[in-house]
Amino acid sequence: MCLALPARVVEIPEAEVAVVDVDGVRKRISLALVDGVACGDYVIVHVGYALARLDPDEAQRTLDEFARAGLAPQAAR
Amino acid sequence: MKYIDEFRDGGVARGLAAAIAGAAEPGRRYNLMEFCGGHTHAISRYGLADLLPASVNMIHGPGCPVCVLPIGRIDNAIELAARPGLILCTYADTMRVPASQGLSLIKAKARGADIRMVYSSADALAIARAHPDREVVFFAIGFETTTPPTAVVIREAAALGLANFSVFCNHVLTPAAISNILESKDVREIGTVPIDGFIGPAHVSTVIGSAPYEYFAEEYQRPVVIAGFEPLDVMQAILMLVRQLNEGRAEVENEFTRAVTREGNVKAKTLVAEVFELRRSFEWRGLGEVPYSALAIKEAYAAFDAERRYGITYRPVPDHKACECGAILRGAKKPVDCKVFGTACTPENPLGSCMVSSEGACAAHYTFGRFKDVAVVARPAAVPVVEGARA
Repeated sequence: MCLALPARVVEIPEAEVAVVDVDGVRKRISLALVDGVACGDYVIVHVGYALARLDPDEAQRTLDEFARAGLAPQAAR
Repeated sequence: MKYIDEFRDGGVARGLAAAIAGAAEPGRRYNLMEFCGGHTHAISRYGLADLLPASVNMIHGPGCPVCVLPIGRIDNAIELAARPGLILCTYADTMRVPASQGLSLIKAKARGADIRMVYSSADALAIARAHPDREVVFFAIGFETTTPPTAVVIREAAALGLANFSVFCNHVLTPAAISNILESKDVREIGTVPIDGFIGPAHVSTVIGSAPYEYFAEEYQRPVVIAGFEPLDVMQAILMLVRQLNEGRAEVENEFTRAVTREGNVKAKTLVAEVFELRRSFEWRGLGEVPYSALAIKEAYAAFDAERRYGITYRPVPDHKACECGAILRGAKKPVDCKVFGTACTPENPLGSCMVSSEGACAAHYTFGRFKDVAVVARPAAVPVVEGARA
C-alpha cells in the first residue's frame, strides 16, 4: 500500500504540479507536499503526490556501502 | 530505471548475503521484524529469506493497511456506497477485501453501487467537482505515507467550498502499532515477543522522519534500521541490525538516507496536524483495539467528515476462531503454524488479516513460499509394478 517509486521530474507546467517520467511512462503529479522541486530532480511518488526529493549523493553513498560490505564479508564482523 | 534497478542487483545481493553470514555469530538467533508490508513483499518476491543464514529469522509485521483494516469498516464503506446517488471513491487495494454477508466492494459494484477505483485522492476530488449534483465520498485508508494526500484534498475541498465531497477516514499510525506489538496484554497469553530488532518503514519515514523510532530503541532496547523497499535495501538493513545486536547497541539507524531525514517532511506533517487529530482508540484487524493509533478529521473540517455527515456507526466483526493472525503479527507463530493456512484460508477467501493483501505475512508466504514447506521427493519414472515385488 505504501508503494512509491522514484521518478524524474521532466516538466513543471504550473505551480505545485509536475510531469514525471518513470522508464518512459509519464504522469502528472502534485508537488503540494514538497517545496523547491526543479526539473531533473528525482522525487518519490506515492498516490500521485511527491513525498520527498531523492538525494542523489546519498543514493550513491548507499550503493557504495553495499559494494563495500559485499566485497569484505569477513571485515563485517 | 534509475534508482530502482541498481537496488535490485543480484550479484550485490549475494555479496551482502555473504557479509550477513559472516557477521552472524555462531549459536546466536537474530529475530528481526520488518514492520511494513512493502518489506514483506520484497522479502518474498525476491526470495531474500533464501539468501539469509538460518540464524536470521524474519518476522512479518502488521504494516499493511489493507490487512489491518477491520471488516466492520469495509461494511461501513459498502453501506455508504449503497446510498442512492452516492459515489464512493477508493484505492483499488480495498476492492476485493471480503466483508460481511459474502460481500466486498467489487461485488457491491457489480450489484450496481457506484464505486470508483482511484489512483489518487486528487482523482476523488476531481470526480466530486465533475458531479456537483452527486455526493462523493473518498474511502481513505493507509499509514502516514497516504495520509498527507488526503489532508491536501480536504483542504482543497474546504478552499473550493465543495459541498458534495467528504472523506471516510481510516488512516492509522505506525508507532502506535509497534508499541502495541511490544507491550500488548495479549503478549502474556502468546508468550514473550521474540523480536530482537526492527526494520523500520521506508515511505512512512519519508514523512514522519526517523526521530519517532528513537523512543522504541531507547525504551525497549531494540535496534531499528529504517530501510528502502528494494531488495538490497532490506539486505543492508539486516546486516546493520546484525552488527548492532552483535555490538549490544540499540540505536535508530537510517539505511534509506536518499529519502529519509531525522525530521521527515515538515510540510506534510504540518498539513496532517492541521486537518487530523488522534482517535482515542481504533480497532486493527489482528491486533484488536489499539489506543491512539488512528486519525479522525478535526472539528474545523467536520463538513468533510463522512462519519459525521452520514452518522456512520462502527460494528466490529470477529475473525474466524482458528485464525492465528494475532500471534503471527507479533512473531510468536508462523503462517504454517495456523490450522486454516492454505486450507480454509487462502488469498481468494481470506479468513484473517495476514491473508488479505499480497503484503500480508500469510498471503506472501502462500504466494511465494509455500512450496518450499513441502519436501521434494525424487521418484523413479513410473514402471509397471509387478504384484509381490513391492518392497
